[in-house]
Amino acid sequence: MKRVIVIGGGPAGMQAAVALKAAGLEPVIVERSDALGGKLRDWHNLFPSATPAREVLDGLRKAVEMARVEVLLHTEVEGLTPDGSKPSVEVALAGGHAVQLSGGRKLEAAAVVVASGFDVFDASLKEEYGYRIYDNVFTTVDVERMLNEGGVALADGSAPRRVAFVHCVGSRDEKVNQKHCSKVCCVTAVKQAMEMRALFPEADIYNFYMDIRMFGPGYEELYQRAQQESRVNFIRGRVSEASPTIDGRIQIKAEDTLVGRPMKMSVDMLVLAVGMKAGSSCEKFARTADAALSPNGFLAPADLFSGCVASGVPGVFYAGAATAPKTIGESLAEGSMAACWVVEYLDTLAK
Amino acid sequence: MGAINFGYTVSAARAIDLDRNDLGPARQIAAEMPEFAACIACGGCTATCTAGALTNFNFRMVQTLVRRGEYAGAWREMNKCMLCGKCRLVCPRGINTRGVVRLIKRKLGDY
Ligand SMILES: Cc1cc2nc3c(=O)[nH]c(=O)nc-3n(C[C@H](O)[C@H](O)[C@H](O)COP(=O)(O)OP(=O)(O)OC[C@H]3O[C@@H](n4cnc5c(N)ncnc54)[C@H](O)[C@@H]3O)c2cc1C
Ligand code: SF4
Ligand code: SF4
Ligand code: SF4
Repeated sequence: MKRVIVIGGGPAGMQAAVALKAAGLEPVIVERSDALGGKLRDWHNLFPSATPAREVLDGLRKAVEMARVEVLLHTEVEGLTPDGSKPSVEVALAGGHAVQLSGGRKLEAAAVVVASGFDVFDASLKEEYGYRIYDNVFTTVDVERMLNEGGVALADGSAPRRVAFVHCVGSRDEKVNQKHCSKVCCVTAVKQAMEMRALFPEADIYNFYMDIRMFGPGYEELYQRAQQESRVNFIRGRVSEASPTIDGRIQIKAEDTLVGRPMKMSVDMLVLAVGMKAGSSCEKFARTADAALSPNGFLAPADLFSGCVASGVPGVFYAGAATAPKTIGESLAEGSMAACWVVEYLDTLAK
Repeated sequence: MGAINFGYTVSAARAIDLDRNDLGPARQIAAEMPEFAACIACGGCTATCTAGALTNFNFRMVQTLVRRGEYAGAWREMNKCMLCGKCRLVCPRGINTRGVVRLIKRKLGDY
């Protein structure tokens, strides 16, 4: 059998499928939503280059189409074994896999690539920041949506005069059981602060951070441009709470830790830089395939160096944000890499 | 010829001298409460602090100084704390901040 099941049609899954097809296999993308693209569908212009997300998405969709990859939309993979039974190592080693699909169906294949991605942290769990309580508290995901819909504005349609971003919402926080750093939210918040500057030339823009983590190519340079050219104020302190003011604004409190004094300020718009948490599928997949989870709930690769796309279960491979917070570039690279590992695995079985 | 004097000096009174500071008491506190070492200096505690809103008390700063072996005045500062526990509610590292206050008061009374 040449069929390979790719779970999830985000950037990682699309890339894996195209590479599998080029290697002569028959990938099937199983995607629970109504279209391919994953989170890429929700973003506007991508860090660090401001490339329109649409461009990257269209390129990937076209590649999937040209390769004539089979795609099952509106179909969720519920487990990596049929009926949630325990995995059979003998069957797997003979090159047989069957996953459980929504609607009671089963799909069989020679191998599986899990590219089920991540979930966005639900900011309303950090009640002290007032998301879904006060009108003008948004998340970075909301800002991407507003940008895609044509403009950022306050709930009453007016332009904000003062905007504050809060880093690390739902990351690096024991209180919501998310101890890891989500890696992409610093650069996302910096990128959006610059976008706010372009939209609102006269506004005050503040980013409240605990550490600025600019790990990728061009990111640190972006940070410097945000400071110098976009006049974004960076304040090192974690916002402890947000409350409404009498005139409908939002007051936030933090310590300016570099000065060593508590501070408070009123803003028109508060933007919460939400983190990446483990996708809801990870736990189900780990349970049904007898695979390991990392302490933060993401799927744990067999090893973090040469085996970063291996699951440790024969015939099951990982790609993208299913195993940790990653950028789109990193997710795409793992998509290709997982395809290589599948090819090698099936070659070894055939020998 | 002696070394050129550029006119810069390190003021002995102000520099934190880690060659001299005795980190023993700080280590003792960390031994009783290991998470004391896990503070990331985010300032959430100080931002929310009931006492800090009214006085110049800065919980983050005092406990950071203690970790550096700078104990002078720490005990007196901690007396400003009302043990209300708000800081503990916001600490992203889950530190028992009130416990830190109590340990500092218990161990550093002589400084
Ligand atoms: C606010 C924000 C902004 C970002 N901006 C950028 C940026 O500008 N540049 C950048 O490089 N990165 C950015 N990222 C990161 C980027 O979104 C991820 O790197 C990327 O989406 C990961 O791709 P993926 O394919 O691994 O997962 P996803 O994009 O999460 O895709 C996973 C897919 O799998 C599907 N799926 C999940 N479970 C199942 C199941 N059981 N059955 C069937 N289908 C399933 C989902 O529906 C989804 O379509 C941003 C992240 C956030 C939070
Ligand atoms: S990338 Fe930045 S904002 Fe995101 S969790 Fe890490 S430190 Fe916090
Ligand atoms: S317990 Fe003490 S340090 Fe903490 S918030 Fe209350 S007064 Fe401030
Ligand atoms: S809130 Fe916790 S981690 Fe942050 S400075 Fe205070 S004690 Fe340290």
